[in-house]
Amino acid sequence: MDVKETVLSILSDLTGNDVSGAMDDNLFDSGLLDSMGSVQLLLQLQSQLGVSVPVSEFERSEWDTPNKIVKKVESLA
Amino acid sequence: MLSFEPYGNPTYFALLGVALLPLMIGLLYGKRSRLYETLISIFFLVLTFGGPKWTQGIALIIYILYEVMLTWGYAVYRKQKNSGPVFYLMVILAILPLTVVKVTPAVENGQASLIGFLGISYLTFRAVQTMMETRDGTLKDYQVMTFLQFMLFFPTISSGPIDRYRRFEKDYRSVPDRATYLGMVQKGVRYIFVGFLYKFLLAYYFGSILMPKLQVMAMHSRGGFMDLSWPVLGYMYAYSADLFFDFAGYSLFAVGTSYLMGIATPMNFKQPWRSPNIKDFWNRWHITLSFWFRDFIYMRLVFWFMKHRVFKSPRTTANVTYIINMLVMGFWHGVTWYYITYGLFHGVALVINDAWLRYKKKHRQSVPHNRFTQLFAIFLTANLVCFSFLIFSGFLNTLWFTK
Repeated sequence: MDVKETVLSILSDLTGNDVSGAMDDNLFDSGLLDSMGSVQLLLQLQSQLGVSVPVSEFERSEWDTPNKIVKKVESLA
Repeated sequence: MLSFEPYGNPTYFALLGVALLPLMIGLLYGKRSRLYETLISIFFLVLTFGGPKWTQGIALIIYILYEVMLTWGYAVYRKQKNSGPVFYLMVILAILPLTVVKVTPAVENGQASLIGFLGISYLTFRAVQTMMETRDGTLKDYQVMTFLQFMLFFPTISSGPIDRYRRFEKDYRSVPDRATYLGMVQKGVRYIFVGFLYKFLLAYYFGSILMPKLQVMAMHSRGGFMDLSWPVLGYMYAYSADLFFDFAGYSLFAVGTSYLMGIATPMNFKQPWRSPNIKDFWNRWHITLSFWFRDFIYMRLVFWFMKHRVFKSPRTTANVTYIINMLVMGFWHGVTWYYITYGLFHGVALVINDAWLRYKKKHRQSVPHNRFTQLFAIFLTANLVCFSFLIFSGFLNTLWFTK
């Protein structure tokens, strides 16, 4: 699986929604993701992709849509 | 010798205007004079912490040296090694002075600690945050001089907003281009004038005119169920209005002044009375504090709990951490029953709020959502918040426990 697919599957597990059709929607504004969800996302990225992101690297405005998250993870992977 | 509360009276603003003018002309021509900025910073710090308050000034100087020693020492250490216990020890040492200041009144019959000074909390938040980002490796290039400027940035020293080291550094190391800077000046001036309206008209009316009257009335109406009466309700709303206009007004001055200096200090309030729920309220009320708690307490604790599998379900983890997070915030306000109850109240409110949001998501079809429910949600949230501020005000303590 490539990065994008993995990120999307993590996001759909976390939010209970398929987000692949709304890649530029703000996940925090829609209430799909919150601080708790963000931490779960970081932990999943670490266990499934080996990408480790410290909590203080998590600047919300850089991680608020599926597209941004994919891009961010690709740059770190 | 002259001595001022920051943004306390017209003279302070007049001095501010005169002092900022050369700096603003410099910025318009693309120049930032570090020397001049440092000089006016020192000037305003002396106005705030000098004269009759010189003991606070001494406490501030010793405190700053202490925090520089810790953050600098840790930054140097972190380049070689990265041990958990060392990090925890450094954080404990960094919050030690604040802890002493907060606990002293509770154990010494209200006596203030000698090492305290106006703004110690806000400086501690900045120092601890710098340390945590150093630990994470997100802050690699710690500079003593930048740290000092960040800590002692005079517009925000007494009560925030709480900026972040890396964000501050980015602004401080650069000069905005003319169009951007003119936009900042325009915004800054507007913020300061809205601040006048908030602090010197509205907060004055609610806090200095209405509140004392309602307080007297409430004290006379004691004797009913839990000594409650209509004036207590009135006091609750007047106190909430005063708290908001006073602090939002101050924050507007602090952010406005920062903007005039070409530093985009983050905003502290974003229409908090329009929040449809408590969770959203904390995204709009005293934002830099609640985000500080979110990023450096809540998220880090959740991360730690989940990584070490302390609780079985993520839901329990979130709930326990909400309570811890808000209790810490309560204790930070001071060690009294009403601050701690206030923290607990908000912790529990967040837990219930989350459960409700989950329920609503699951039963999307059967839970009505329209303009009326939206208005009701805003009304309910505002009233819950005002009730929590009544606890916070300490007035119940006066109402119940004084003769």
